[in-house]
Amino acid sequence: MNKLIKWGLPVVGLGVLAAGWWLGLAWAPPDREMGDVQRIMYVHVPLQWMAMLAMFLNFVAAVAYLVRSNASWKLDSTAESAAEVGLVLGALGMVTGAIWGRPTWGVYWSWDPRLTSEAIMLVTYTGYLVLRRFVEDPDKRATWSAVVAILGAINLPIVWFSVRWWRSLHQVQSSPKTVDPQMVLCLRVSAIGLLLLTIAMLMHRYRIALAERRAEVALPEALPGTGGAASVHDTPKVA
Amino acid sequence: MTPVARNRLFALGALLVAGAGLGFVAFGNIGENLVYYWSPSEMLAQGEKAYSATIRLGGVVQPGSIQWNAEHTTLHFRVANDAKEGTPSVLVRSTETPPQMFRDKIGVVVEGTYDASGVFSSNRLMVNHSNEYRAPKEGEDPNKWRETLSEGTTTASTGTGAEAR
Repeated sequence: MNKLIKWGLPVVGLGVLAAGWWLGLAWAPPDREMGDVQRIMYVHVPLQWMAMLAMFLNFVAAVAYLVRSNASWKLDSTAESAAEVGLVLGALGMVTGAIWGRPTWGVYWSWDPRLTSEAIMLVTYTGYLVLRRFVEDPDKRATWSAVVAILGAINLPIVWFSVRWWRSLHQVQSSPKTVDPQMVLCLRVSAIGLLLLTIAMLMHRYRIALAERRAEVALPEALPGTGGAASVHDTPKVA
Repeated sequence: MTPVARNRLFALGALLVAGAGLGFVAFGNIGENLVYYWSPSEMLAQGEKAYSATIRLGGVVQPGSIQWNAEHTTLHFRVANDAKEGTPSVLVRSTETPPQMFRDKIGVVVEGTYDASGVFSSNRLMVNHSNEYRAPKEGEDPNKWRETLSEGTTTASTGTGAEAR
């Protein structure tokens, strides 16, 4: 892997994100109704966008793994890294949403369609990752988790459209028409910064996942918890 | 069956199930039976069936209806279908401190019970914001919105109720 990308991408991503947040905190005007509380938008919204993007990548990789005749561990590793990064971003998005909700809605949480579908999404991908840890055979793991990934992806459009399909506490998506230009700019800069960081995280996690897959296939006994060497440590100690 | 053919079958099956599930959620009208809140007119149309069950009522705070009793810390206001005059509305009593943005014409969702006396007792008052974000107008200080409340400089949240249907 090119060192320039490996170190340059996260540094540039952090820089752009810092610039976006600085603009959002210091340069953009406060919302005329919410005041300064609205500035958390530059954190919450990019997090949720990138979470959705990562989950979608997980879906694409899962379908590709099952459909392609020369499916490789690369696709399985892509799916795993995307789910994990997406889950971190989505969880942070939910927390920042709750923090935003308390002063504006009056509550951290309510079971409205958007919040409920988002919670289901996080539980689904947690289950996906748990399943992956439970299945030791890499082939079966890749196949089964790909099926779960496809089923879990039903929820992505539901999360996105929930605020349009049903009545909810959460407002519908904003657009540049409903948001002042200065705020739109801050949102875009923050989102680009987080996108670069997300790509960096995905690449890093992907490399780890792929190395694990290759090790599993080449030397099944060498890994912890897969019989062989591990069972030596598992034997009960006798005094 | 080769592993590739088997995997493709899995993919087809999962995609079919996923598509059917999504189609059901999107077009199956589950929203008709499962609503996050009732509008005032919908709740009133239920008649006695709406009494004493815990329900959510959503709408817009009727302009000029807010009455705050500082001594007893009770808040009375009317929730209307929309900000227009003459739409059906319900009197709400709340003992909670309202969220910061609570005021005339803003979208609200209240949780509580309705009874024969015609008063909705709320034990959870939520305000919902529209999808509009605007800079303060000339001379406005958004962090001191309370003082500007009486001048009616605020806008209504329209991202609720009727529009969401």
